[in-house]
Amino acid sequence: MTKRFPTGTVALTDVSMSLDSGEFVTVVGPSGCGKSTLLRLASGLETATGGSIEVSARATSYVFQDATLLEWRTALRNVELVGELRGASREERRSRARAALDLVGLTGFESQHPRQLSGGMRMRVSLARALVAEPDLALFDEPFGALDEITRLQMQTELQRIFRQERFAGLFITHSVSEAVYLSTRVLVMSGRPGRIVAEIPIPWDYPRPPELRYSAEFGEITGRVSTALGEHS
Amino acid sequence: MTTVETRVETPAPQADPPRSVARSALRSALPIIGALVGFVAVWYLVTYLVLPAKQRFLLPPPHEVYGTTFSNPQLMGPMMEALARSFAVALVGLVIAVVFGISYAVVMSQWAWAEKVLYPYAVILQTIPILALVPLIGIWLGYSFLARVAVCVIIALFPMVANTLFGLQSASAAAHDLFTLNKATRWQRLVKLQFPAAVPSIFTGLRNAAGLSVIGAIVGDYFFQQGSPGIGGLLRVYTQRLQMEALLTSVTLTALFGVVIFTIFAVLDRAVVGRWYGRVAR
Repeated sequence: MTKRFPTGTVALTDVSMSLDSGEFVTVVGPSGCGKSTLLRLASGLETATGGSIEVSARATSYVFQDATLLEWRTALRNVELVGELRGASREERRSRARAALDLVGLTGFESQHPRQLSGGMRMRVSLARALVAEPDLALFDEPFGALDEITRLQMQTELQRIFRQERFAGLFITHSVSEAVYLSTRVLVMSGRPGRIVAEIPIPWDYPRPPELRYSAEFGEITGRVSTALGEHS
Repeated sequence: MTTVETRVETPAPQADPPRSVARSALRSALPIIGALVGFVAVWYLVTYLVLPAKQRFLLPPPHEVYGTTFSNPQLMGPMMEALARSFAVALVGLVIAVVFGISYAVVMSQWAWAEKVLYPYAVILQTIPILALVPLIGIWLGYSFLARVAVCVIIALFPMVANTLFGLQSASAAAHDLFTLNKATRWQRLVKLQFPAAVPSIFTGLRNAAGLSVIGAIVGDYFFQQGSPGIGGLLRVYTQRLQMEALLTSVTLTALFGVVIFTIFAVLDRAVVGRWYGRVAR
């Protein structure tokens, strides 16, 4: 598929990829290479100017760069929003929201407002909101980019645990090579604008992945290959 | 799952002993009291040292002004009644400005073309001098209550429109995407995203509109004198009769009136908006 904006900018050219359920694919690339455009296309927020996109997912959810919480709602009510918009009954959406918050480890923080939560916890609420719809396709647009290093590692561990449990198809955008390798079953490397996929690197490990995996020689070797592919094409 | 980030609430600092509370209240009130004392001092200075004795009637000293008026029920009675009437005008004008201003902004927020078409009128209403409209308002609406309210609405409307619109448009693009992805209807988007996001701005608009509606009511009284006078009407009467004590007292009352209204809405603003985001300290 291809995406050309009315301004004439070609964000993506000849990008071809597929994603099966149970897969977690991460796209890494230099900033401005059209990674986010890829997600917006997959979610239906934008339409491709050429080629085709087929999404058979029953429910798709999207995790934004910022937590994007409604500041005037508590954590629980933020997660409930999805059910509200889709017309679920009050009891149903409330119990689902509680379960989703529990899944991300936020039990006890239901009645806190976003401003009372730390950055990591806000992102957890955002994850819960994405998971509450029980998606079979989950799209992540650099969700941990704004977090500090420690929180970021925690969130990665957390996300792969959730992925193992929920088994949606995940499409994750990042510019962090180690994040990509740690989280995914497959890493796609994109070139600078206009974005093309220039390398595809399968990741061998099963889930759950212990945090220490990041310090193993094999992890270093794979991140090296991803970085090399990035370097050759930026 | 036990990797919850624990957030230990730091214990609130122990309540200050009452004496120091009183002292800090005094400290914050001190500048206000100081300014008041300075103002009165300048007043006396002008009365006794600047004005020659023959012209002292132009600015009688404070004790004469307030001493003679506050203790004179024949003067204070009508003045308070007039103030109440102006208050009624300001209140009705404010309510109309709020309801109409918010509706106007909501319509503008829903369609880009509506904003293009309607916003210029709001700006024109703001920039046209009220004096230019006074004759028209008089001819169309008469010279009493209705006309006074109209002046009030015209003056108070713009901050309501501008602040509400700003608030309705303040939700982030990502938040809008979230609603789009969940197939929200236009109504859901307005009620669950745009309007709640606008609440703080609406209260800012309300605070400004309230202050302006007081000015509008007094200006309205001043020009439209049919029926029982408001405080603005009395200002005019006292000026014509050169009743300096009564004039200065009513000017003082209108100032206090404005300050009180503004303070009420400022406090309301802080209380509501603070709670809106879940009682954040500061």
